[in-house]
Amino acid sequence: MFRNDYDTDVTTFSPAGRIHQVEYAIAAVKQGSACAALKSDDYAVLACVMRKESDLGSHQEKLFKVDEHMGIGISGLIADGRVLCKYLRTECLNHKFVFETPMQVGRLVRKLSDKSQVFTQTSEKRPYGVGLLVIGCDKTGPHVYETLPSGDYYEYIAQAMGKRSQSSRTNLEKYYKEFKDMELGDLVKHALQSLRGASEEKLTKTNCAVAFVGKDRPFTILTGDNLGPYMELAVGGDDNNMDESKKEEEAT
Amino acid sequence: ANGVPTNSFCGLFLFPPPFGRYPPHTHRPPMSVLLKANPNVSKDSVLERRQWSPYLDNGGTVLGVAGSDFVVLGGDTRMSYGYSIASRNVTKIAELTDKCILASAGMQAERHTLHKVLKAKATMFENTHRKKMSAPSMAQCLSNTLYYKRFFPYYTFNVLAGLDEKGAGKVWGYDAIGSFESVPYVVTGSGSALATSILDNQVMFKTQPQNKRELKCSEVVELVKDVFTCISERDIYTGDSAEIYIITKDGIKKEVFPLKKD
Repeated sequence: MFRNDYDTDVTTFSPAGRIHQVEYAIAAVKQGSACAALKSDDYAVLACVMRKESDLGSHQEKLFKVDEHMGIGISGLIADGRVLCKYLRTECLNHKFVFETPMQVGRLVRKLSDKSQVFTQTSEKRPYGVGLLVIGCDKTGPHVYETLPSGDYYEYIAQAMGKRSQSSRTNLEKYYKEFKDMELGDLVKHALQSLRGASEEKLTKTNCAVAFVGKDRPFTILTGDNLGPYMELAVGGDDNNMDESKKEEEAT
Repeated sequence: ANGVPTNSFCGLFLFPPPFGRYPPHTHRPPMSVLLKANPNVSKDSVLERRQWSPYLDNGGTVLGVAGSDFVVLGGDTRMSYGYSIASRNVTKIAELTDKCILASAGMQAERHTLHKVLKAKATMFENTHRKKMSAPSMAQCLSNTLYYKRFFPYYTFNVLAGLDEKGAGKVWGYDAIGSFESVPYVVTGSGSALATSILDNQVMFKTQPQNKRELKCSEVVELVKDVFTCISERDIYTGDSAEIYIITKDGIKKEVFPLKKD
């Protein structure tokens, strides 16, 4: 009941100590189609479900390269995501120009989060309605970060965001201990498998995309035919798993 | 060379600036201007002093030759400062994309910055348009970048070489403020006067039209090596070694060819 009185403005706290506008922005992220990311000691992998507005249209692109060693998957308001992607790319380029070295992933994520925080404290503006899964590999190894409209960011071994992502997270929690030493192909397969529960329709090589980055591999996006071999490995997986996690999703 | 990393600059301090007479090939204002600017000074001593200049010439020669499906771009690696050698192993050439390279003679600091700026522009283009910048686009981009600093120019004399969208070899020569033209060959830098006539004769066969023929890639590379050898004989700012880049549809190949060290 307090929600409606204190949720007009991002600069207003509720009596419970929450800023509802920011939470609504996070809810916007949860409405977007799913993204999942996971990492091993050598690689970080990102996968996403690309939704189509109608059969007449094309799939929504959600994975973007930020730099040779870094990329993002977005969930939520795609337009906001594009703008943030441009910001990230510019920051990386600037850093490389000034310091002649690639930007470290965590620092870029922190910069982005600081930028996001500004919009949770300024009137007449709204927070970005998009969450990013940032994967990158720098001299400290591969990383997976999640950023939210609130300006929070977290580092993960594996994470999923977006609609029906709980089933993805459950799937990732099941297997995350094995990720450490996994081969790239298996990581990609796991990423796709975790998304199976998150997609309305069956996963095919046209409605999802995968990206990976590693110590010796620049950020690469796989779509369409490039994705084919991995799809066969993933989709020909264990159907029981999918049903179980879907039941969990419905229970929550 | 062993122990010396490539592109290392083991140079002299630039401050204080070299005292004594104006170094060769630098601009000295005419006597009338100097005398007016320094009213109470004798004629001789006016030649000893000069106003601070943001520019200096680090010498070097750069040349490019275009073939039907290849380009050859060469630049020596000597960096001079006045009559001294600052380094024997400084590159003048930057790979902008896998089909396009840029070589610049003139001032090292300007060259380095210009090359960085263009590489950043190439990356931005690729991010925005999802394809690499083509050589003709890069040629225009370089011209725009140079003209942007029309009133404080980059002290660089550039040669851009690449394969255009159809795979034909193209070489563009520039002046310091961005005037450019696609040419069959071009030499700029301190040895340009010594080499241009040779190339007129050996690439375009201007004095022997009856022998005019298309040169193969290997012939052009040998010609470029000979030209650098000849330039380094007479031009003190060219020598040490020459980097020769060859672009074909298979990619970029690089060769380092030694030149005289005197």
